[in-house]
Amino acid sequence: MSTPVVQLRDIRKTYRNGDLEVHAVRGISLDIQIGEFIAIMGASGSGKSTLMNTLGCLDRPTSGEYLLDGVNVADLERSARADLRNQKLGFVFQGFNLLARTTALENVELPMLYAPRRVSGEEMKRRAMAALDIVGLGKRFDHLPSQLSGGQQQRVAIARALVNEPRLLLADEPTGNLDSKTSVEVMGVFQRLNEQGITIVMVTHELDIASYCKRILVVRDGLVVRDEPVQNRMIASEQLAKLHSAEAEAKLTTTAPAA
Amino acid sequence: MRLLATTIIALRALRRNKLRSALTALGIIIGVAGVIATVAIGNGAKVQVESQIASLGRNVVTIFPGSFSSGGARGGFGSASTLTIDDMEAIRRDVADIVAISPEVSDRNQVLANGLNWSTQVRGVSPEYLSVRAWDTDTGTMFSDQDLRSAAKVCVIGATIVKQLFPNSDPLGQTIRIRNIPFIIRGVLESKGFNFFGQDQDDTIMVPYTTHMRRLNRRTTVSTILIESASPAVMPRIQQDTTDLLTQRRRGREPDFTVRNQLELAQTATATARIMTLLLGSVAGVSLFVGGIGIMNIMLVSVTERTREIGIRLAIGAHDRDIRVQFLIEAMVLSVLGGIAGVLLGTGLSQALSSVTGWAVLVSTNAVLISVGISAFVGIVFGFYPAHKAAKLDPIEALRFE
Ligand SMILES: Nc1ncnc2c1ncn2[C@@H]1O[C@H](COP(=O)(O)OP(=O)(O)OP(=O)(O)O)[C@@H](O)[C@H]1O
Ligand SMILES: [Mg+2]
Repeated sequence: MSTPVVQLRDIRKTYRNGDLEVHAVRGISLDIQIGEFIAIMGASGSGKSTLMNTLGCLDRPTSGEYLLDGVNVADLERSARADLRNQKLGFVFQGFNLLARTTALENVELPMLYAPRRVSGEEMKRRAMAALDIVGLGKRFDHLPSQLSGGQQQRVAIARALVNEPRLLLADEPTGNLDSKTSVEVMGVFQRLNEQGITIVMVTHELDIASYCKRILVVRDGLVVRDEPVQNRMIASEQLAKLHSAEAEAKLTTTAPAA
Repeated sequence: MRLLATTIIALRALRRNKLRSALTALGIIIGVAGVIATVAIGNGAKVQVESQIASLGRNVVTIFPGSFSSGGARGGFGSASTLTIDDMEAIRRDVADIVAISPEVSDRNQVLANGLNWSTQVRGVSPEYLSVRAWDTDTGTMFSDQDLRSAAKVCVIGATIVKQLFPNSDPLGQTIRIRNIPFIIRGVLESKGFNFFGQDQDDTIMVPYTTHMRRLNRRTTVSTILIESASPAVMPRIQQDTTDLLTQRRRGREPDFTVRNQLELAQTATATARIMTLLLGSVAGVSLFVGGIGIMNIMLVSVTERTREIGIRLAIGAHDRDIRVQFLIEAMVLSVLGGIAGVLLGTGLSQALSSVTGWAVLVSTNAVLISVGISAFVGIVFGFYPAHKAAKLDPIEALRFE
């Protein structure tokens, strides 16, 4: 087996607010292999986001070792971590976090503008369009976030996370602000990406969303208390097909009396 | 450094918020426009003063009666004159490099011609006077040395006299009565307009000083002596020689005259204009400074307002430096564009002002370069703190910011 994408060894994170110490993560060890699709679940305040921020190199653990692609990143300095985020990691947030008044295309181009190596304007546009095509928004490249639905905005955010071809895609409650059908659509995008070999770690509160993943970690009080593969994995494309036919039927029944 | 990419990012950020950008630039626009317009007005005034001083004559050294330089309660400038024609002849004889020299005696008189009358200044001068004053006749000729020797009753008149007394006829050869004495008009002077004291220089009649001193106003002294020097370079020497000569002629009496050269006058006048420019310019400079603070203020507010945006950028892989440079470029672009807009506005403003008030204005390249330079500088200086603040944000906290 090749080296895991992620190796966490006894990661701890303690927040200190004056005299009060909060142990958000208290010793998590974890390997993530290439091609995995992991859901992290757990109660509010259990430390999921803290773990994700550590994985995403947005935050440093208080102690422990984090090897990303075999490289210890726990004590890299600020700009080196910025380059890692840019090149090896893609982040999708609950609140989409697109730049307002900025077209979908320009939002997706953003990571390339911050790439350590210069990307030409043409290549930027080509790659951004390709990423938008992957999430099914190629035709809406010139739309502003305000002109897109929540699900579409989240797909733009996913395209942005993908555009630099990261080793690991991280998503903290990506469906948290979406209705159930749109959530399934977004999970469909993740499943397709995962089939193409992209490693994904996401946080969710909903068990049925987690069942689109391959492996579930349950976190409680800063520790992983369960780690098991998904039974009865759901396939987003099938669920969507079912939803569509149900909708079509609903339409038939509601429009029938009028006809 | 990813300067090109960061510039694109900064320009996109500015374009995204046009109103905020315009408001930020407004302070600079007004400041620069103020500098340009006030300096243009100041410069215009200076140039006008200079040209008016040039219209006084060429390289003129002037001798006034009365003393400036010896302190105490002396008679002072313009008091009863003791300057004489003998003084003038002595100067002509003994001081080198004099091109022309003329006394000036003058008084106001009621003059009559054509059944019309007018009160004007009648000056007694020598024929050389026109050369000294860089003046000439428009039609006819100046009276001659012969007229001077014979104290002839001839004159040349200014354009205003023509307008007042000969509205419909050619004055040449006609008679004008000054104190009831008939004078033949030999020539009409070129129009010179107003001098910088606001006097109409064309409202004048010139007669030979001999005629003036014997027939019009029995006097033995003259009110000034004007000397035209061969070149600006010899003016100070002529001034010194004249002073020495007159002092010597007064044999130890207190000096009762003052010798001034045109350079000094020009220097005083342009110094005044310069002080005015400086004053106006510094007021405008203060407003430019205030404009800079305005930029800083809005940039600071915008850093807070854009905390989330900064968080997104940091999360996506922006370095601190990228954020700092982005904000600096934004501030600089705003202040330079504001500066350019300010230059255009200021130029327009000074043209408009000049066409409304008739003031001379002169937009100087220096003022343009300096104020655009200053506004770019202001942009960097006042953009720096907000940029630094933005760059130091923690990505997680910034992302969590509502
Ligand atoms: N910056 C911080 N300073 C202090 N305490 C913090 C900070 N961030 C998180 N915590 C604390 O750490 C613990 C874990 O927080 P975290 O955000 O990781 O929870 P979570 O599992 O993501 O919860 P949720 O499901 O509500 O998003 C919580 O008790 C939280 O209060
Ligand atoms: Mg969370």
